[in-house]
Amino acid sequence: MHIAEGMLPGPYALAYWVGAGTFVAVGAKSLANKSQEIPMMKQLVGVMTAGIFLVSLLPIPVPMTGTCSHPGGTPLGAILLGPAITVLMSLVALLFQALFFSHGGLTTLGANTLTMGVFGGFIGWTLFWGLRRFKINLFWAGFMAGFIGDLAIYVGTSTQLALAIHGTHPFREVFQAILIVFIPTQWPIAVLEGIFTGLVLKYIADHRPDILIMLHILPASEGVKNVSLENTLI
Amino acid sequence: MKQPVWKLGFVILLIGVIIYLGVYGPEMPGADAQVNAIAEKYALEVGAGERPPLINTDKGDLLLFLFAIGGAVAGFWIGYVWRDLFGQTKSPNKLSKP
Repeated sequence: MHIAEGMLPGPYALAYWVGAGTFVAVGAKSLANKSQEIPMMKQLVGVMTAGIFLVSLLPIPVPMTGTCSHPGGTPLGAILLGPAITVLMSLVALLFQALFFSHGGLTTLGANTLTMGVFGGFIGWTLFWGLRRFKINLFWAGFMAGFIGDLAIYVGTSTQLALAIHGTHPFREVFQAILIVFIPTQWPIAVLEGIFTGLVLKYIADHRPDILIMLHILPASEGVKNVSLENTLI
Repeated sequence: MKQPVWKLGFVILLIGVIIYLGVYGPEMPGADAQVNAIAEKYALEVGAGERPPLINTDKGDLLLFLFAIGGAVAGFWIGYVWRDLFGQTKSPNKLSKP
């Protein structure tokens, strides 16, 4: 979701910027630390940022409602590279979208970064690792992270908007008015995002398990089973 | 190289859906725009509301220029780190064959 330019009153826009800025700072520190440990971290972050830019701009038609919407991409980013770094990636992707496509805006960039990065990323990441603790396989853990993470982005946006613009109206009235427009279009997209997230994780596990081991998503013992010298290149 | 039938079927189905939506399909507005339209009703009451972009890049060929530059930079960078990201090809180099 991209809250349009000027839609938030000044103090709220500033507060969301401060909130997002805090997470971005943590993300930048996390990236610096992980880059010391994992040599190809910056390359992966670059590619994942491009992925989030593309996925969160891709209008997918939902024929049942006659409208379009887009996935977030941040649950997958958070699983692969960490939730704090995902906030940083979201900021960069959303900045380019605001500058080149007028999709979102500069005053609302903080709010949009919070929903995409924090709501989508952190909730997806928490869910993924919670399910992995219960020995749920990569695909289904990824599916649930993508599905719920996607919906969380839109619940987050509805909350942010309702908090900022409800004025004399009850918060709940505005929150419901906004969320009710999202849900019919967004839930099929959330299912697609879940499938996409699960399939990407499964694909990487099947073809480049060394990457998942390097990122500590799979235990090193998986490498003995799956990784041959031929496809371990790094 | 022989591809499984289902892959070909999927591509044909996808192209068919795109053609159908393009030729006969409804307008399909974005959900974001719909939400912004509803939110604006409340936003105007608190002195906010949708405004034109602060930095407008939609001026003549400026966007085309920016995308050409961006595409070139991204292409060169991806090429530079290609093997780090995607690994080396497993197929043997034909030139090294005796």
